[in-house]
Amino acid sequence: MIALVRRPAPSRLWTVLTPPLAVLATMVAGGLMFAALGKDPVLAIRTIFWDPLFGEFAFYYRGQLLVKAAPLILIAIGLSLGFRAGIWNIGAEGQYILGAITGGAVGLAFYPLDSWIVFPLMVVAGAFGGFLWAMIPALLKVKFRTNEILVSLLLVYVAEQLLAYMALGPLKNPEGQGFPGSRNLSQYDAAANNELIAGSGMHWGVVAAFIAVIAAYVLLNRHLTGYHIRLTGQAPRAARFAGVNPNLLTIFCLGTSGALAGLAGLFEVAGPAGQISIDFNVGYGFTAIIVAFLGRLHPVGILLAGLLMALTYIGGEAAQSQLGLPAAAIQAFQGMLLFFLLAVDMLTNYRLRFGRAQVA
Amino acid sequence: MDLSAINPVILVASLMVAATPILLAAVGELVVERSGVLNLGVEGMMITGAICGFAIAVETGSPTIGFLAAMAGGALLAMVFGVLTQFLLSNHVATGLALTLFGLGLSALLGQGYVGVRPPATPKMDFGPLSDLPVVGRIVFGHDLVVYASLLLVAGVWAFLRYTRAGLILRAVGESHDAAHALGYRVVTIRLLAIAFGGACAGLGGAYLSLIRVPQWTEGMTAGAGWIALALVVFASWRPWRVLVGAYLFGGVTVLQLNLQAAGAAVPVEILSMSPYLITILVLVIISSDRFGARLGAPASLGRVFHANR
Amino acid sequence: MSGAADLLRIEGLTKAFPGVVANDDVSFAVPAGRIHALLGENGAGKSTLVKMIYGLVAPDKGRMQLHGRDFAPTSPHEARSSGVAMVFQHFSLFDALDVAENVALGMETPPSQRQLARRIREVSEAYGLPLDPTRLVGELSAGERQRVEIVRCLLQDPQLLIMDEPTSVLTPQEVEILFSTLRKLAAEGTAILYISHKLEEIRALCDSATILRQGQVVATCTPSEKSARELAELMVGATLHTPSREPQEGGEVVLRIHDLSMRSANPFGTALKDIDFELRAGEVLGIGGVAGNGQDELLAALSGEARVAAEAVTLKGRPVGQMGPTARRALGLLAAPEERLGHAAAPDMSLTENAVLTGTVREGLTRHGFLDWGKARGFAEQVIERFDVRTPGPGQAARSLSGGNLQKFVIGREILQRPEVLVVNQPTWGVDASAAAAIRQALLDLAANGTAVVVISQDLDELMEISDRFAALNEGRLAAPRPAKGLGIEEIGLMMGGAHDLDTAARAAE
Repeated sequence: MIALVRRPAPSRLWTVLTPPLAVLATMVAGGLMFAALGKDPVLAIRTIFWDPLFGEFAFYYRGQLLVKAAPLILIAIGLSLGFRAGIWNIGAEGQYILGAITGGAVGLAFYPLDSWIVFPLMVVAGAFGGFLWAMIPALLKVKFRTNEILVSLLLVYVAEQLLAYMALGPLKNPEGQGFPGSRNLSQYDAAANNELIAGSGMHWGVVAAFIAVIAAYVLLNRHLTGYHIRLTGQAPRAARFAGVNPNLLTIFCLGTSGALAGLAGLFEVAGPAGQISIDFNVGYGFTAIIVAFLGRLHPVGILLAGLLMALTYIGGEAAQSQLGLPAAAIQAFQGMLLFFLLAVDMLTNYRLRFGRAQVA
Repeated sequence: MDLSAINPVILVASLMVAATPILLAAVGELVVERSGVLNLGVEGMMITGAICGFAIAVETGSPTIGFLAAMAGGALLAMVFGVLTQFLLSNHVATGLALTLFGLGLSALLGQGYVGVRPPATPKMDFGPLSDLPVVGRIVFGHDLVVYASLLLVAGVWAFLRYTRAGLILRAVGESHDAAHALGYRVVTIRLLAIAFGGACAGLGGAYLSLIRVPQWTEGMTAGAGWIALALVVFASWRPWRVLVGAYLFGGVTVLQLNLQAAGAAVPVEILSMSPYLITILVLVIISSDRFGARLGAPASLGRVFHANR
Repeated sequence: MSGAADLLRIEGLTKAFPGVVANDDVSFAVPAGRIHALLGENGAGKSTLVKMIYGLVAPDKGRMQLHGRDFAPTSPHEARSSGVAMVFQHFSLFDALDVAENVALGMETPPSQRQLARRIREVSEAYGLPLDPTRLVGELSAGERQRVEIVRCLLQDPQLLIMDEPTSVLTPQEVEILFSTLRKLAAEGTAILYISHKLEEIRALCDSATILRQGQVVATCTPSEKSARELAELMVGATLHTPSREPQEGGEVVLRIHDLSMRSANPFGTALKDIDFELRAGEVLGIGGVAGNGQDELLAALSGEARVAAEAVTLKGRPVGQMGPTARRALGLLAAPEERLGHAAAPDMSLTENAVLTGTVREGLTRHGFLDWGKARGFAEQVIERFDVRTPGPGQAARSLSGGNLQKFVIGREILQRPEVLVVNQPTWGVDASAAAAIRQALLDLAANGTAVVVISQDLDELMEISDRFAALNEGRLAAPRPAKGLGIEEIGLMMGGAHDLDTAARAAE
């Protein structure tokens, strides 16, 4: 019989140790899953986690790492603020789409003007689009106490329809011979978010992600607002007693995460994706939830978790082409990672005690 | 646009079909939430049920075995959530999200070989000449077994919660797990049972989508149905009959917008397609604005982690 | 007191939890028809002991006997079917369920709801505890809620009734009625195990007493033969000193509450109705009342957690009713709520972080919104040192501290900020005797230095000890404050609402 005994204070050691432990457990369980699919588990794990970094084609994959990690980190940083305060924005995917639409639309509106001002305006518009989309659940929560989890999530489906409408309607490329999708922004120099250093994968989104990590770190550890965010999540009544206005905090957290998701969408649409198309979004907004938890809602942790999760995307693609591993396997693998993380998470707050059975 | 193409009798009959998946999932989730557990993984359990049911029905040729398998699959996945939240004391919200993300991936993986396959047809219930009656024949006597089962389930859950001692204990656990524990009730066991029941219902709802309503398998085919089911529970302020009303209202909106699309309404298809989600949000807002006292229906321990100390 | 007549015998019971031995070789016996007291401070091991008797916790060592037969319940169900019933300190009730449903949940084989409702009426009338079985428990007063618990036990014809701190939520009149009910039960042959730390009550009610200190039995006695002071010293194991103060001349009026009305944020809370009082510098106003009569709401209205009409609260002539906690703090109106973990302090945060919780404005812990952690740590260390908070250091999580130490930290944190007015709710609730004495003394010293102090408490002895004036909250209304000196227990009880709708019942019970 194993009993859980609450620790007098959260263990710092386990706070750091649980994510690697979860990754390890996921590799084992994932290996079993791959074996069940008839693939060599060791080879599959190596293809996903090792080859992109140190294998033959690592020079190509390493750049991709930053490209994939940037949106994940950007979104996850925003989500982590809300998650820490007990405000659950799970509709980042929708805010990401909106950022791409509004930012992209601004870029398209200026076509073919060649001016340095276009890209900064797109960035602002992208952030603003995501911000506005997140304000819907925020204001409904503040005004009517509507559950932000459900509203933000349902708005993802609305955003997807909006994206389809835009890609087939108002933003369709007039010179696209009837194909759906907008003009290719990455081929429009003033609006393109191209690599800053060729081959590095480094684009403006990566820069923004790094800035977000640092800003979030400072906010949470040094600033009163960050303290209030943490306080609200841990003890909402104490936060109110301390003088925190829960409505303002809801607006701040949802607004920030919406703006960051919108930014991620804009950087993606103007760079790696290039155009607004029906299947523009690939689920970064949801994977970022895993990234946020895997990073223990800590900015530095999220940075590392984002890189790791990007690795599973890239390695997953490699495994797909080289081993014929289905794409869905990677999705299940990522979901599994979150499970294992949540499972081992209790070690930070509870001690395992092995002993004889005890009533209650 | 030709509105006369929309036949009200067929509309009602088909809204019942459209509503059944979310009705099943929502009733299951209602029981889960009444026990004090918030499982946001409904979407994941539904889609897992959808593929389990589909695959087994295709392999065995029997929709009935498919539905049973869907329930088993949903319940099994729900137990992952149960073990994590009840034994490992993980956060309900995060674990539910994980369940949805994992379920979407797992179902896509399981469903690889089944894209484009036609499932065996599920027969309608045979009521003899009753089905030929005008209007009622189509609406009351024109459905398959699962539609009737879903209605029975609503009635059953209602009676269980209201009249049985087990139902009283379940409500007590959801109201205050500490008090229930002090009186000697097994909070964790009761909640695990509720979670498994919720998973089975969601799985059945998912299979209804893939085997009857659509009927075929595509990745991500639940398209938010699980989330709408969660919203329905709030809409219904945790009462079974109101879930039925909400599900049928929602089914009506879905069917109506599909009919409008078919009739070539002068509104972009995408706007019509987003209408069910927008209406769900609108209803949530109206319900939450306290005029209906909806929050009083919420179980007091909902989503709180239980750990018996000392 | 031994032999076959003993209904419950406990021999050498031991139970250890990680880091603490809750019960160490505890032995005693309760004969049928007797009321036996279990006396001890918070943390002396009383709760663990009764949880073992009720089957919620299994002992490590030792044995129990009921009716001379071995008794080792593994669940409350088993305990109940053996004839043990228990009234909990923190109620085991369900707010959203009605009285009959609550009663049914505490019974092994309840009859049908209709029959049960009739039985509830019968039993509650017979014992002078009237109850309406169809009412929602969340809408009942604290006293009525306790009646639900007692009636639930009585319906099972218990042979042993355990009462865990039952009087902390009752007015003096209600206590009298409870006692007559218990005496009647004892006369019918029920053994009663009565747990309390209220000495006068035990002297008045109980036939015998077992005194626990740090998990061990330190004495067994007949309480009526001992003085309250002797019992207290046995319980605490040290000589107690009573807080003292010089009589004060009231200064100018610093806080004025006028027509304060407010709805509760909690669906089952109590609304405040037309509250009026004035408070002078250097004065201590004691506000008594049974739990759930608006204490939390009053604290929220004063601390700023709840906004009220601007003129309802004026601080030194300035209307502050519309201000939030931070703005009020800046002006010198400070507060310490009842619930330490989760309201006055964040359990998982360090003491330094908890010092920031209320200290930012007055201690200048921020610059342009950025926190000065060095200064915050210094402030926390100062609180720890000045108020003798026993902890390894300010880096410790709040939840790792004992109740008494955390309470000293919470109160000390406010006192060190030199408030003009300090409002505290239940300042010594669940705190050991020496910490309680230290806190009371600190509040008196604060008043002596010119701060106006409002003490909201359910402990009447505490209020009589430290208040200059006394008022009582009853269903959200505040009786006009009266000088505390010379106020009798009878009058206080009436200010608290007497025995609520129980007068007729009281007569019936006698």
